[in-house]
Amino acid sequence: MNFFAVIGRSVLTLLAQIGRVTRFTGQTLAAIFSAPFYGRLLVQQIMRIGYFSLPVVGLTALSTGAVLALQIYLGGNRYGAEAIVPQIVVLGITRELGPVIAGLMVAGRVAAAIAAELGTMKVTEQIDALTTLATNPIKYLVVPRLLAAVISLPILTAAGDSIGVLGGYLVSTYNLGFTGSIYLKNTVDFAKTEDITSGLIKAAVFGFIIAIMGCYNGFFSKGGAQGVGAATTNAVVASSILILAADFVLTAILFHT
Amino acid sequence: MTAKIELIGVKKRFGSKVVLDGIDLAVEKQSSTVIIGGSGTGKSVTIKSILGILTPDEGTIRIDGENVTRLRGAARDPLMKKFGMLFQGGALFDSLPVWENVAFGLIQGHGVARAKAKDIAIEKLAKVGLDSDVAYLSPAELSGGMQKRVGLARAIAADPEIIFFDEPTTGLDPIMADIINDLIVSTVKDVGATALSITHDMTSARKISDRIAMLYQGRIVWQGPTAEIDRSGNPFVDQFIHGRAEGPIKMAVKA
Repeated sequence: MNFFAVIGRSVLTLLAQIGRVTRFTGQTLAAIFSAPFYGRLLVQQIMRIGYFSLPVVGLTALSTGAVLALQIYLGGNRYGAEAIVPQIVVLGITRELGPVIAGLMVAGRVAAAIAAELGTMKVTEQIDALTTLATNPIKYLVVPRLLAAVISLPILTAAGDSIGVLGGYLVSTYNLGFTGSIYLKNTVDFAKTEDITSGLIKAAVFGFIIAIMGCYNGFFSKGGAQGVGAATTNAVVASSILILAADFVLTAILFHT
Repeated sequence: MTAKIELIGVKKRFGSKVVLDGIDLAVEKQSSTVIIGGSGTGKSVTIKSILGILTPDEGTIRIDGENVTRLRGAARDPLMKKFGMLFQGGALFDSLPVWENVAFGLIQGHGVARAKAKDIAIEKLAKVGLDSDVAYLSPAELSGGMQKRVGLARAIAADPEIIFFDEPTTGLDPIMADIINDLIVSTVKDVGATALSITHDMTSARKISDRIAMLYQGRIVWQGPTAEIDRSGNPFVDQFIHGRAEGPIKMAVKA
C-alpha cells in the first residue's frame, strides 16, 4: 500500500476521533446545565470513584513519599544537603506526584470500570433502552460520572498529599535520623498555598479527562465482549497519556514557565 | 384516516452499505404490524429510525401525522413518552432491581413519585404473570423467559400509544415463546396500543399481527393482511415463510 495513503488514512482517523470526542464532551457539558439533575446518582458515583479509590491512592502516596524521602536524602548527601528532605518531599508531592499518582491510579481503576460498564450497557442495548424510556443517556450516565470525578479527584489528591508527606516523615524520622517536630515545622514553613492549590486544580482536570475517556470509549464500543475489552484498554491508555500531557501543559500555565 | 406510524421513502446507509433503500410503510392506529425478513435486512434499523436512535439519510417518518424524522433532544421528549419497547435481549438495567426496571420510564420520563411508580410496576408485573416477589430480584437472577416478561412489563408500564417488539421470541423455547406471544396480544389489546414488531419467527408473526410486511435488501417487497400471507403470490414471501434455501432470496454471508 502507498506509504502516503497509510499516513493520510491514519491522520484522518485521528482527526475524526478528536472530532467525536470533542462533540461528546460538548454534549456532556451542555447536559450539565439542564434539568433533570440526578443527585442520587452523583452521590453514588462519588462513592464509587472517590471513596473506593482512597485505599489504592493512599497506599501509592505513602510508598511514593517514603521512597522520595530516601532518594532525596541519598542524593542530597553527595552535596551535604540532606537536611532539605522535608522541603523537597512536600514540594514534589503537592505540586506533582500527588495529583499525577492519584490521576493515574484512578485512571487505571475508574476509567476501565466506567468503559466496561457503559460498554456492556451499549452492546446489550441498555443505552438504547434509556432513550426509549424518555431518558437522555448522556445526562443519566455521563454527567454524574463526570461531576463525581471532577469533585473526587481533588479530594483524593488532598488525602494523597497528606499521606505522601506522612510517608516521607515516617522514613525520615525512623530511618534517616530526623527529629519529628523539626521535620513537620520545615514542611509546614516551606509549603505555600499555591503549591497545594496547583495540585488540586491539576487533579480536577485529570478527573475530567478520566471520566470523559471512560464514558466516551464505553459509549461507542461495539462488537460484543471483544469490543468492550478494547474500549476498556483504550479508556485507560488514552486517559493516562492525556493526564501526562495535561500535567505538562498545566505546570507551564500554573507556574508561568 | 391518518396512520399512527408512517414511513415514506426512508433510506439509511452505513458507509458504503445500503441498509434501508426507500421504505414505505403505514401502520394504522391500534393495529399490529409485523415486519419479517432475514438477518441483516434492515428490520432493527427501521425500528431504531422510528425511535430516533438512528437518523435516516433520506425520507420522512411521521407519528400521528407529525414529521418526526429529525426531531431530537428536548423537542423529542413528548414523542418518546408515546413509545414502549421490548428489546430482543430484554436490555434490562442490571444495576437496578426488577421493579425499578419496570418503573424506570415512569420515574425518569414521566416524573411519577417512586412509591406510586413501584405500585404500578408491581401491577404491570402481575399482568405479565410475575408475582411481587420477583420485583425485588436482580435481572441476572431471572431466566430468559422471565426477563422477556419483565421487558414486556417495562414496555407497557406507562401505557404507551405505540409499542415496538424486537424479536420478542428469539432465544425462547416454543412453549415460552407461545406464552410471550399470548402476553403480547393481550397486553397490546389491554393498553389499546398500536404495535410494530420485527421478527423472523413466522409462528410469532402469524399470532401477534394483523398485517405483515416483508423486508428484503432494504425494501418492503410485500405487505398485506396476515390472513393473506399464504396466498401472497410473492416468491420472496413464499421462500421465507416456508424456510426454503432455494429461491430469489440470497442470504448475505457478511454483515
